[in-house]
Parts: sequence; C-alpha cells; structure tokens
Amino acid sequence: MKAAKAPVKAVPGVGEEARALLDGRRIELVVIGGSAGGVDALVGLVPAIPAAFRSSVVCILHVPADRDSRLAELFDMRAALPVREARDKESIEPGIVYFAGSGYHLSVERDRTFSLSCEPPVQFARPAIDILMESCADAYGPLLAGILLTGANYDGADGMCRIRERGGLTIVQDPEEAQASAMPGEAIRRCAPHLVLPLSGIRALLPLLETP
Amino acid sequence: MLPLNEPPDAFDIELKMLVEAVYLKYNYDFRDYTGASQKRRILVAMREMDCETVSSLQARVMHEPDGFAQLLQYLTIPVTEMFRDPEYWQAIREQVVPFLKTYPSLKMWIAGCSTGEEVYSLAILLQEEGLLERAIIYATDINPESLEAARRGVYGLDRMRLYTENYQKSGGKRAFSDYYTAAYDGALFDRALVENVTFADHSLATDSVFSETHFVSCRNVLIYFNRKLQDRVLGLFHESLCYRGFLGLGSKESIDFSSFANRFDSLARRERLFRKSAA
Repeated sequence: MKAAKAPVKAVPGVGEEARALLDGRRIELVVIGGSAGGVDALVGLVPAIPAAFRSSVVCILHVPADRDSRLAELFDMRAALPVREARDKESIEPGIVYFAGSGYHLSVERDRTFSLSCEPPVQFARPAIDILMESCADAYGPLLAGILLTGANYDGADGMCRIRERGGLTIVQDPEEAQASAMPGEAIRRCAPHLVLPLSGIRALLPLLETP
Repeated sequence: MLPLNEPPDAFDIELKMLVEAVYLKYNYDFRDYTGASQKRRILVAMREMDCETVSSLQARVMHEPDGFAQLLQYLTIPVTEMFRDPEYWQAIREQVVPFLKTYPSLKMWIAGCSTGEEVYSLAILLQEEGLLERAIIYATDINPESLEAARRGVYGLDRMRLYTENYQKSGGKRAFSDYYTAAYDGALFDRALVENVTFADHSLATDSVFSETHFVSCRNVLIYFNRKLQDRVLGLFHESLCYRGFLGLGSKESIDFSSFANRFDSLARRERLFRKSAA
C-alpha cells in the first residue's frame, strides 16, 4: 500500500507565499522560542532539521530557574545535528542547534558569540524569549528567521517585532492548533508576522531556512 | 515598550560615545562590557531618567552633578542572594576548606561583591569551619552605593526564607537566624562576621592586583565582560592567587574561551571551582 506509506505528502508542503518570501533570502540564524507545550512542539521540529543544514539554530523554552536544563541532552539524542547548551562567550557555529540554559538570560552579540546575563526576569521569565530574539535581531538583521511557538504568556512578541523591524523573517505557529495560544496570538496581533503556519508547515519550511 | 526611536546604528554610535565619555570623565571603564546587556541597561536608564536619546542621557551624565551616580546604578545591576547556588557553597565547604585549614592565615577576595550577600555567606561558612578569625576578606566593587549596602549588611526580611533554604542546602551547621537580628522589615547581620572584611572600591577593568590571596570568588561578573576583558580579569586573579590557590566562578561561567583556560585546573566542574595550575 504505497499511498499509505507516504507521510511526506500528508504534511502540507511549503506554500507559494512562503516560497516567495524565501526567494533569494539568505538566512544564517534561526531562533525558535516557546513556552507551555514548547517541548512537544520542538520534538516535532528539531529532528526534522537535516544533517547538512548550514544555518545555526537557537532554541529557547521557559524552564524553571532552579533546575539544570536537560533540554540539550534530550534533543541531542533525537536530532541529526549536534545539539548543545549555549555557553557564555562561545562562538556561534553553523549546523549546530543551541539551547538556552536555565536561570540566565541568553543573548547573541554582534561578533556572533553568546553571552549570558542575570538581569531580572522579563515577563517572569529568565531566560526570556524577548531578550534573546531582540539581541539576535540586532546581531543578524535580515539574516535571521524567528519562529514563535505555543506558550501561555506574552514573552516573544517584542522580540518578534524587533526581528521584523530589522528585516528578519518572522514565522508564528497558528494559535488555533497551538497547545497554548496566548504567546503566538499576541505576536500575531503585535507584529504582523510574515507567516502563520501550523507546526507541520513550520516543519516543512525549517530545512529551507538557510543560505541558498 | 522601551524607547527605540533611533535606527540601531545611531544608537550604537551614541552608546559608544557615552561609554567613552564616561571613561574619560569618570575613569569608569565599560568599554569592554558585552554589547547586548549593556544596550538593555542603557535603554532602561534612558526610560527611567527620562531621556529620549543616548546623547541626551550623555548630556545629563556629563553636566549634571548626580547624573553619573544615577547611571552607574543602571550599569551595574546588583542581582545576588545569600548562598546563591547552594551546591557552590557546599563544594567550598567540602573541597576547598580542607586545604584552607592548612594555612596559618588566609586572604580571600570577593571580586564584584555587589551588595555583599556573598561576603556574609562566606564569612558565615568560614566561621562555622573555624577559619574566620584567621581570614582577611577583601570585598571589592565599582559601585559605591552597593559597597555601602554591603557594609551595612541589612537585607530584606522577605528574603530570609530563601536565604535560609539556601543556607541549609549548602550544608549550614546552625540555625540561620543565629546570624541576624530582625528589626522592622530588615535583617541586620552580625557585625562580628565582617570585622575582618575590607570593603573597597576596585575596578576589574582598570585597577591592578592589591594582594596575594588564597581564594578568589567572582560570580556572575565575567559574563558581562567581553573575551578581552575576561582575559584581563582572569589574569588579575591568576596573579593574585598564591601557589595552587582557588578560584570560584558563577554556575554558568567558564574559562574555556579564555587564554587562561590551561592555567587553572578544574576542581569541581559543575560548581565552577578551579585551582591555579602548578606550572
């Protein structure tokens, strides 16, 4: 039964609109943020990134500050690319998926290194998606793609606005299907993202977010 | 929303000029601080000090008497707690103290002591290990208001629950409340703890080593510095530390990306305790 064995076709591919947006666009960094339901959403995304992917990826989820985050380890087992926790002053390399650790804000510097900081939580979150995304936007400008997933608060909306302002590509998970709709909903209201896609659409698009 | 009316390039240029001006006029060197967090702090300062642009903030800082003192409070945000990361303090107790006990006298340096929470934590630990009387602690920071708070040693009573919990997890041997007197909404810490503490203004960016030390604790300070300044500071610590002296850093700080990576041995990897290498 060949037809039943073709899951790729069941997944909506990359639409016309997305293809037009990507035409000639260079992406060097993809930043993905989420909160409530974010682990499940990333389980659907990170393993879909092919081993030959040339952009760098930074993922950030809200995790309790008092616990050591094991996210990088967890995803390293499932991903085709190496997955590690982002370390202070580490250079950002292509083809690696980084995760923000717990208890500290993560930023990206203009010289394409990571930095950590202990500033107060933003929207009760440390690491905060806004802080990471805003610094990514400052450092990468149009070479950045920001993806905001499911979440139950408003962190990330400012960050997505900043990415859009600086010419980056903005993609938000469709709140209709998100486990928690507040975070993607707020970003859609505030920054009019380029694309609002279900997770399956983001999964199909993600491997294309690199330099052609 | 933070004020972000300027195109980022103008903002960056003005920020650079502000930091340069502060250095020239006040000799506070923020030129090698990491960009992203410095930018956020300046944005907060602009908002709180009612300045539309970085250059108007610069005018305030240059020409108004307390402009710089105010800005300094935003540039050095004190975020700390007593016995923060209890496993760090436990590792000091278990892995560093046995060595410290072999010295007839001790010098310790808390670099970037902020409002002093770690100074009192260290003093409590040393007292319980019978080392406080033979120890001199240098507690240094660049922010005079923070140093003043550190000297006073009064912390919010609302913090005591967290501090007590941290203290207990860190291997504390007594009742935490033995160390402070509650008055109004403050907890005043026992003055005897800081009898041998020297609180001093010292800049890791511009000043040099002032003493030989056996142990340096510098936590969540290096993350605000770029690699160049991190190297300078690790150089100071290396110079200050005695043969095989001890260094403690913040729980996510590392020396891996520094030119001093090979000049310290890891003593407790997760707790970020190091020893100066023998060579």
